[in-house]
Formats: sequence, C-alpha cells, structure tokens
Amino acid sequence: MTTKKNKVVELEHAVIRFAGDSGDGMQLTGGLFSDSTAFAGNDFATFPDYPSEIRAPQGTISGVSGFQIHFGRTDIHTSGDLANVLVAMNPASLKANMRWITKDAIIIVDTDSFIEKNFAKAGYVENPLLDESLVGHVVVKAPLTTLTREAVKELNLDNKTAQKSKNMFALGLVFYMFNRDYKKTFSFFESKFKKNPIIVKSNKLVLEAGYNFGDTLEVFANTYKVEPAPLKKGTYRNITGNLATAWGLLAAGERADRNIFLGSYPITPASEILQELSKHKEFTAIAFQAEDEIAGIVSTIGASFAGAMAVTTTSGPGLSLKSEAIGLAVITELPIVIIDVQRGGPSTGLPTKSEQSDLLQALFGRNGDAPVIVIAATSSSDCFYAAFEASKLALEHMTPVILLTDGTIANGSEVFKIPKVGDLPKINPPIVEANDATYKPYARDKQSLARRWALPGTEGLRHRIGGLEKEDISGNVSMDPMNHQVMTNLRFEKIKRVANYIPEQEVIGADDSDILVVSWGGTYGVLYTAINQLIEEGKSVSLAHFKHIMPLPKNTKEIFARYKKIVVCEINMGQFVNYLRMEFPEFTYEQYNKVQGLPFMVSEIVDKVNEFLND
Amino acid sequence: MENIVDVKSLNLTKKDFESDQMVKWCPGCGDHAILRAVENVFPELGIPKEDFVVVSGIGCSSRFPYYMNTYGIHGIHGRAAALATGIKLTNPKLSVWMISGDGDSMAIGGNHFIHIARRNPDINYLMFNNKIYGLTKGQYSPTTPKGAITKTSPQGTFEPPFNPGELVIGANGKFFARVVDTNLKLMSKIFKEAAEFKGASIVEILANCVIFSNKVHSLITGKDTKVNNQIILEAGKPMLFGEDNKKGIILEGTHLKAVVVGEDGITLDDILIHKPETAAPGIHMMLASMAPPELPAAIGVIRAVKTPTLEEQVWNAIDEVKEVSSFNSVDNLLNSGNTWEVE
Repeated sequence: MTTKKNKVVELEHAVIRFAGDSGDGMQLTGGLFSDSTAFAGNDFATFPDYPSEIRAPQGTISGVSGFQIHFGRTDIHTSGDLANVLVAMNPASLKANMRWITKDAIIIVDTDSFIEKNFAKAGYVENPLLDESLVGHVVVKAPLTTLTREAVKELNLDNKTAQKSKNMFALGLVFYMFNRDYKKTFSFFESKFKKNPIIVKSNKLVLEAGYNFGDTLEVFANTYKVEPAPLKKGTYRNITGNLATAWGLLAAGERADRNIFLGSYPITPASEILQELSKHKEFTAIAFQAEDEIAGIVSTIGASFAGAMAVTTTSGPGLSLKSEAIGLAVITELPIVIIDVQRGGPSTGLPTKSEQSDLLQALFGRNGDAPVIVIAATSSSDCFYAAFEASKLALEHMTPVILLTDGTIANGSEVFKIPKVGDLPKINPPIVEANDATYKPYARDKQSLARRWALPGTEGLRHRIGGLEKEDISGNVSMDPMNHQVMTNLRFEKIKRVANYIPEQEVIGADDSDILVVSWGGTYGVLYTAINQLIEEGKSVSLAHFKHIMPLPKNTKEIFARYKKIVVCEINMGQFVNYLRMEFPEFTYEQYNKVQGLPFMVSEIVDKVNEFLND
Repeated sequence: MENIVDVKSLNLTKKDFESDQMVKWCPGCGDHAILRAVENVFPELGIPKEDFVVVSGIGCSSRFPYYMNTYGIHGIHGRAAALATGIKLTNPKLSVWMISGDGDSMAIGGNHFIHIARRNPDINYLMFNNKIYGLTKGQYSPTTPKGAITKTSPQGTFEPPFNPGELVIGANGKFFARVVDTNLKLMSKIFKEAAEFKGASIVEILANCVIFSNKVHSLITGKDTKVNNQIILEAGKPMLFGEDNKKGIILEGTHLKAVVVGEDGITLDDILIHKPETAAPGIHMMLASMAPPELPAAIGVIRAVKTPTLEEQVWNAIDEVKEVSSFNSVDNLLNSGNTWEVE
C-alpha cells in the first residue's frame, strides 16, 4: 500500500451503505467489502435491502438495491441504524437512502449517472447535487463510469462490458477510505471469473484505479481505520441466517445419525435453505421440491414416518397452508421441523421485508388442541444453533417443532465462530429395535412422554398410525370420549415437559431494575445493543430476550415477578405480549410495536425505553 | 429397489396381512373385494411383510391401512401421494401402496395426483372410483357423470367429469390400468403387474358404492351387459371383445372404432394389437377414453412405459455426489470458503 498523505482517523465502528440499481452489483460489492472486513479482524453484521422485483425499471426508486454493513472494534450485533458512508450509483439510490444515513454522512456519487433523464425517473425535479438537499454532507463527486472505462482502456472492451465493473471502482474508493488492502480481493476475481481472464483483469484494474483515485486526488479529507475486534480465539466466517439454518440442519443430521429429508416449496425469503440443502447430497440429504406447500410438509411427514430427520421450510403464507398437516404430525406424534422465515403479512404482504407476525399462527394456527414446540432464532449465526436445537427437540420428543426466523436475520449476515460438530450434543431419537415384543405405538417414555419411533422395514413392529384419534398405548383408532380427554392431556403435557429440556431464561442487567424489557427472536441484536447502551448510561433497565416460546422457560414467571414494569418490544401488533398476558395474567405489560417491514433501530428502542422510564 | 426374495422362502399367506381391526365398510361395498385382492397379492410378491407400507388419504377407501397388518399411515384429505413420495424417497426398499378415492385423488388431491404421475416414484396407487362422495354421504365427485342427481346436485350436475386415465396420461404418467371390483381374479393379476412395474403404477378400480351410487358402473360390470361393454386388454394381443371375441377395435382415421370381425371386410389383421409399452401416448389416451355405449371400457393395463423412477435418480445422484464431493463431514463444510483465524 502507498503511504497515506491524509490523516488517519480511528473509529470505534462505522456503517457503510452501498446502493445502486438492481443491476449494478451492489450485493456483490457489499459482500466483497464484508470479506475484507473479516480480514481486517473487525466484528460485523450486514443486511441486504433489495426489491421484490428481479429487475424493476432501471433508474427508479423501486429498482434500488442496497447493502449495509456495520463493523467495529467492539461486539457488533446489528447492521447499524444509519450509515456514515453512502455509495449512491444513481439519483434513485441517493433519493431512496437519504433517510437511512447520518446527518453528516459522506456520500459518494457517480456523477456520470446524475443526468437529466435519471432525475425524473428518481422523482427529482432538479439535480440534487446542485441544490440545498445535501447540505451538511461531505459529497464526493466522481465520474465513476468514465473513470472505469478509462481504467480498462488497454483491454479494448466494448463500453457495456467495460462499465459493468464500475461497482469495483466504488469499492476501491471505499477500500482506500478505510485503509483496506485491496489486493486481497484479487483472489476472489481469480476464482469467480476463472474461465474469463479478461474479466479478472478488468476487475483488478478497476478496483486498483478506484483505490488510486482516492489516494492521488485526495478526495477525502481524512481516511479511517477501525482496529480489530477482540474476538475469542477460533476460526470465523461470515454467515447469513438462511445458510446457518441449512448448516445447522446438516449438523443435526450428523449428530442424530439420520438421513435428512427436506420437503419444501420455494418461497421468499426461505428458498435459500432449500437451495443450500439441494447442494449437499454428500450428507445424504434429500431436498425434495414439492408441487405446493402442502405436499412439502406432507412429504416431510412421510419421510419422518420412514425414519428420516424430516424438515420443511416456508414463510408466513406457506405456514398457513401447512396448518392441517401440522395437526397430522401432532396426532401421529412424528418428529418434523417446520422452519418459518417470517415476512411481512397478511397475505402476500411484503415478501422481501421482515416481520415477527407469525407467532400466534405458529402457536395456535391449527384445528383442534394441537400444541407444538415453538422456538425462535435470535440472530443470523444463532440460526445454526436454533436449527440444531429444533431438530434435537423434534427427534427426541417425537413432535413437530416450529422454528421461527425472519427475513432480517435470514438475509442478514454476521460473524460466526465455527463450532466443531463433535462438540454439539448427540441427538438420540427413540428408535425401536427389531422384534421388540414390548413395543406399543403409543406407549411413552415416563419422563418426556415421547412415544417411540418404529421404522417401516423393521421386523416385528408393523403398526398403523394416522389422523384419527388414537387409543392410548395401542394407537388403535378410538372414538371413546374419555380416551380423547386422556390423549389431549398427554399431547399438552408432553410439550409442557419440554421446559425440563431447555435452558432457563437469562436476564441481561440487574435483578431489580425499574424496567424489564422483553423481546424475542430476531430482534436480539438491536435490543441487546440498546439495553446495554442504556445500562452504560446508568439507566435502571434489564432485558429478557426469549428464544424458547412454547414452552416458555420454567423461570419466566419468577423473572417477571421481580420487575415493576415490563415492556414487550416486537415487530408486530403485540402477539408475544398477548401470549404472555394469557400465560401470566398476574402481571401488567406495556408494549412497543413496529410494523414497517423494517427492523427496530437501536435509537428507537433507547428513546422508547427512556419514555417509559420517565413515565 | 425393493428387497425381493424367493416367494416360497418367505412362506407368507393371506393371513399374514389380515389385521385384527373390524372392517367397517358397508355390507356389499366394492371395497371388500379390493381388500381381498390386495391380501391375495401381497404374499405373492416375494417382499418381506415388514417392507410393505400402506398409505392413504381420507374417504371410505382410505380406511384401508387399518385393515391391513402392515406398516400403515392414514393421512389427510388428498395428500396421500405426498406422504407416499416422502416415504419412498426416504427408504426405496419399501413397497409403498397408496389407497385413494375419486374425491381424494381427483378433487382435493388433484394437484398431487398429476405430480406423482409425472415424477414416477415406484408407488402402487389404487384409486377406488365409485363416482360419489361416500364418507360425507352422497355429494357428487369430479368423476360423477354429468347430470347425475346427488345431494348437492338436485337438478343434476352441471360439470363434465374427469376421466382418471386421461389425467394420468396427460400428466406424462407411465402406468395406468383399470379394473372392476366384480372381477377378483383380474384385480389380483393387475395389482401384481402394478407392483412389478417400477414407477408410479396408477390403477383405477371401478368400485360400487351400494348406498350412494349403486350400480353406477353396471353397464360395464353387469352380468349381461359386460360382454359388450368391457374389453380386457392384454399386451401383445389383438383388442378383441364381445361374445366369442367377435368384436374388435380398429383405428379409423384419428379415432378408435368398434367393429365385428368378418363383417364389412374386416379381418383379424385389421384389429389393433395392444402395446402398453409404447411411449407415445396417443393410442393409450384413446383407450383410456373409450366408454359405452359407443365403445367398450378398457380394462387391464392400458399403459406401462419403463423410465427411471424418481427415487432411483435421487439416490444415484446421492451416490455420485458422495464420490466427488470434497466434504467428508459437516465440519469440512463449515470450514470451507472464506474463513479466518483469530489467535
């Protein structure tokens, strides 16, 4: 690297947002910056913000694709509230992102795209670079497209091909700004474009040109450096929630010594899990793309009956379609994992945006009294452990388990400390040995109440199960009124007893604060950051963030009893809070809800809790 | 991929498959005969008894698994095909039998029906077609003849019915057979052929519901009428029917036609030879469509075209990926790609 002429400012953490047209390669740019951030030793979290259309009209607001990264020398748990640096490849991406940047954010724009016809498409009347709208910001104006073309002149590419790597010019510029070693990214080009050496060359030239442009022209008053974060010793990688979910399932299959069956129908934002497992047949994982959501889960139940670790993945509307079949898995007491990557609803709603609004559907959305285990992953990397635990609970307790993740953590990524699969607990499904004369289909383990799993093909265990009410012990069809009472009680009690097999609820902060903030699932990062910030400011606040929803941890009531005020924060109209009101009516609950398809911002939680403190 | 062994060494009989549960179909229901035919066939297949799985959806027919002493699962309405597919993909050595009716398969499960046909897992699919909703007590089904008066069609139905065979063939299905519940011997024979066919073997059974659609198939199955209204197809043989096999089927232009051998210059050489193995669906589709009074209903195996099964392809792919994959364990996968060490 060349010696820096300008001053290097050290930062605790920073947020960068790359934004452009959906064809501009912003997701790739963000991904490469993330890789570089990993090499720099920072902790980080990312979030892609892309439209539901594949290629919305070019240059329009609806076609803007963004990628945000938050990195720091401290623990990072969110992708950041507002960006300190915005890269805007066209007027639409500037307009769309003004509300997501700090008042003094640095804005890098491609002046080549700030031309008359693009202003209208973005809804600008005049050139925003010339009016007052950017006052307070440092605006770096560079003709990125022209400079990109210049950089690859020697390769004699046509204009279209040459311009394509303008995102790498922007990346080079940001690399310079943050004192990154751009050469580390070369190896990515070499492997990604292996078959096309010209493209490798052009990307290298453009990235380098972007970096040098920053250096030579001294476009920035300062450059910045974020020191490595004090992460624990180990091997790390960047992981999205959906990838972590898929890998958690694979790890569970290995620890359970079961083949994996995934029966799913593609749906945003869950499809990546199906795609990922489709790639890993080496682990004897069968990914079956069914004809619809119902066939997805019903094939999963069939696979479970036949002895697979069986999983189905979906999002809200798909969970609705699966309701009846979940009931079948409840009454047949077969282990299946149902993963719902929640998105904004109702109906098709906001497919690419996130919400926590399937909670009540997961808990109660079935005919009959049909309890299931419900757990909720707390972050992108926690999806790995949540998928593992969901599989373990399903297989050992012989029950459907619903795992709730959401679009924010599924698509977002964070740093993941890679565990050793051998360090994860062994999973022991209650499989019956051949010719076990004591086998009765609905006889149960005394502690967990799980029935045993007799797999077709095993000698001496032929039996029938199905959706009609079962007689206790024998499993024969029974319409006897008292038997139905017994079986309904057993199904409830079985799920209730799962509380003996999950960790107790933890609380962050003091045992006697003025306010206990309660949250669940994918909002952990924001709540953790906000509550710690308040605690550091000396505020009397604690946090109980729930991962286990049904059953709730055994000590939940005891925790709630310790606090004067309970405030439940969630990305829906109050589903968890109403569940708590039902479970523990002796307490009074305040609530804070947001339903904009967006995660909470740390500042929103901080402000809200301060309001409650001042009440 | 089933675990086929010598039939004699297994020493199985009908008794091995009879369940201890009371059979609760109405007296005189066609389903009793179908159950007998299945019990006849299972011991004949050379498959160990623990390798049979009987799967069903909802309806009168779908109580079947409870009446067989095998592994069994009684599912939800219309979805048995998905259950069966999940079972077969997970453990291809199992002999999977799916039991369904015309409501279960043609209405609520219509989507799954066409997809199991096209995917071709090695599943034996017995579809009891009584052309009525029995268990819900007498509403019309998608196979009820147009104009039939039922509890939900007091003026007669306004809807033309599905022909299941046309759906199977239209969905790129590879095996379709049709039998009648009044011919136990033929049922047993065809079920055996369905079992031996590697792929989704869909068998339509014209079954009589004594309560809600009694005699709906009587033109085809009636003692006096069947001779002219059914043709029993046999592979490699001319398509003959009627008294003393005097009648036959010829192709005239783009249509099938019933003729009398020896009349109008027709000789035995003009009669079509049945070739269920032909991949082209044209003649099979026409055979499946035949219906009295113009043409006899085709009985027997109408189409049986060999292609790789779904599970065979999936498991071959698993073996192939295992050969070439650089991941021996999930640990390898977790540590693949861009990772970094923190000391």
